[in-house]
Amino acid sequence: MTNAVIFPIAIPLTTAVILIFCVKSLKAQKVISLVSAGALIAAGAWLVRLVDHEGVQKLDVGNWPAPFGITLVSDMLSALLVLTTSVIALAGLLYSFYTIDSKQASMYYYVFFQFLIVGVNGAFSTGDIFNLFVFYEVMLMSSYALLVHGGTKIQLQETMKYMIINVFSSALFVIAVGYLYAVTGTLNMAHLAVRISGAENTAVLTVICLLFLIVFGLKGALFPFYVWMPGAYSAPPSAVLALFGGLLTKVGVYSILRTFSLIFRQDIGYTHTILAWLAMATIVLGVIGAVAYRDMRQIAIYNIVAAIGVMAFGISLMTKESLEGTIFYLLQDMVMKTALFFIVGAIAYVAGTNQLGRFSGLLGSYPLLGWAVFLTALALSGIPPFSGFIGKALIIRAAFEKGQLLFALIVLLSSLLVLYSVMKIFIQSCWGEARGYEQKRVAPLYVPIVALLALAVLYGIGAEFVRPYIAQAAATLADPSLYIESVLKE
Amino acid sequence: MEVVMIIVIGCLFAGATYLMLSKSLLRIIIGTGLLSHGAHLLLLTMGGLKKGAPPLLGVQAEQYVDPVPQALILTAIVISFGVTAFLLVLAYRSYQEIGTDNIEQMRGKEDHD
Amino acid sequence: MNELILRTVTAVVTFIIILFGIQLFFAGHYYPGGGFIAGLVTAGAIILLLLAFDIKTVRSMIPISYRTLIGIGLLFALGTGLGGLVFDVPFLTHAHGHVMLPLLGDVSLHTAVLFDLGVYFVVVGVTMTIIETIGEEE
Repeated sequence: MTNAVIFPIAIPLTTAVILIFCVKSLKAQKVISLVSAGALIAAGAWLVRLVDHEGVQKLDVGNWPAPFGITLVSDMLSALLVLTTSVIALAGLLYSFYTIDSKQASMYYYVFFQFLIVGVNGAFSTGDIFNLFVFYEVMLMSSYALLVHGGTKIQLQETMKYMIINVFSSALFVIAVGYLYAVTGTLNMAHLAVRISGAENTAVLTVICLLFLIVFGLKGALFPFYVWMPGAYSAPPSAVLALFGGLLTKVGVYSILRTFSLIFRQDIGYTHTILAWLAMATIVLGVIGAVAYRDMRQIAIYNIVAAIGVMAFGISLMTKESLEGTIFYLLQDMVMKTALFFIVGAIAYVAGTNQLGRFSGLLGSYPLLGWAVFLTALALSGIPPFSGFIGKALIIRAAFEKGQLLFALIVLLSSLLVLYSVMKIFIQSCWGEARGYEQKRVAPLYVPIVALLALAVLYGIGAEFVRPYIAQAAATLADPSLYIESVLKE
Repeated sequence: MEVVMIIVIGCLFAGATYLMLSKSLLRIIIGTGLLSHGAHLLLLTMGGLKKGAPPLLGVQAEQYVDPVPQALILTAIVISFGVTAFLLVLAYRSYQEIGTDNIEQMRGKEDHD
Repeated sequence: MNELILRTVTAVVTFIIILFGIQLFFAGHYYPGGGFIAGLVTAGAIILLLLAFDIKTVRSMIPISYRTLIGIGLLFALGTGLGGLVFDVPFLTHAHGHVMLPLLGDVSLHTAVLFDLGVYFVVVGVTMTIIETIGEEE
């Protein structure tokens, strides 16, 4: 099948276009979105199977052969990320059905939702660095629209800042691509890898590499570029926030993972050490933020920052094992962060506030919600039977093997503080006397939360089943020649 | 020719930086516009400023221009057109809602304790 | 201000601008031009109408929803892309050929024109949506 790679992009795109025409009918929008989300999961699963059986899939868009045209490439990593995105999209839709009212829905909420998925899936599947920029912009445009959706004062104000930061980083992206094109004369990632491995003037390439690190760091919320995030993410409704937390920053991480493992291998000792130090600073500051705040949203947001740090550290080690750990952690973090924001949103919905301490004793009236928080805390910090454990264990083992004891210890210690920060939500909101919240109907919100948590638990318990896929993804990353050959063949 | 262009790009970036550091929202938006202009010009210059025939089928010439930077710039211009338009609408809306275009006054949250 | 001159000129000039836009659109086949700038030029013509008359009059002149126009444009662009799936060639692959038509003679046809038409609609739609959003309040 020539076009397998396009389906994860084409399905949400088609849906978005159809939804523009039936924006008046809320019911039609819900049904179409749901059907498309189902189809998207099927397409993602099929893609994973295809990559597993037949190797890396590629599509020369418009039949222009690589490296001249735009190529979409799906290796195991891309396929797995696309599948995870589809699952999160479905969960996000279920959550939106209940939390987004018909007035907001008539303002093209579901249309922008689908465009966001187009951008994310596109960024995961593209094999061309300028096309990556284009999909970034698709994703960002929808994220601006979703962030400001509803138009409250605080949303307008935060979206303004978020947009300015991102317009700036997009300009940097264009500049970096321009430099890269001037030095190498190509934009196809596989071709770039070939050209750069044979390049003599590596100093220029290292500068360009760091420019890309800034761009992706800005999107992916790496230290010192994460400062926009706590503000911007405090504004939108929970359903949107959960999507952002689960998907947007992860696209930044994926881009770092892809470019640092495939393209910029010319001076690993220098560039990857910088990445490691940035990762450490990200972890430390993220954890400090998570422990310090009493606002549930802020705690969750700083949890993202800390997790980004762990992934960036995994990338910086660049061994097969650490990459495997990073992918493991990345996939589970996408699911868990979405679940965490769903839960925080549900708690804020019944309590009417994000501030811990204003309410307590949720366990009495909402036992499921309380235990969901507890499970999330365990999963996020990486307590063994849950999914966070394997990823972190692999990363830390790789760090020990490379002799980076200090860094490994910081990652370990950060897990403890992450556990504390989420446990804080559990203890302060669920224990104690029942006060400060109302009895509301939250049963529909449980569906996506329980589904995602179940998925995360299964992912942890069934790690033996998932591992071959992830090992395959890590193998392609650790040895880029596989990727390069399948893109440039014919 | 490239050197002249690079100086122009530098001026654009300097102007953009100056404008983006000011407090007025409108100036910041003009600054982002200048920044993307600079970036597009840089993209064109980085591809090499050559004279040659358009790279079309059927055109016979000694030398062709490189079509890739042009395609990239067209894409980047369209994108920055969209983003700038959105930014302007947003700035207008937030001016109406918040009543100021001073970025200094656009901070803080509604519920803080 | 006496708007008579502006309105009289607009009535003539608008059509010239729109025709110029269409000329640019078809020129884009082999020469500089194309859906994007043609769309911008057309949007420019409509904006001139908005300046000369008011939003209500222009709405009654051009009774289409610009948001639906965006959808139609995207449908065109997407349709040409997905056409590749039907023939099992890569997404966005275009077909072209020459046809002999009566009166016109040798005409070269290209499915990329359909894609460009989509771009044209989207650009007109987006630009006008933005202008209307800002203009509505005043």
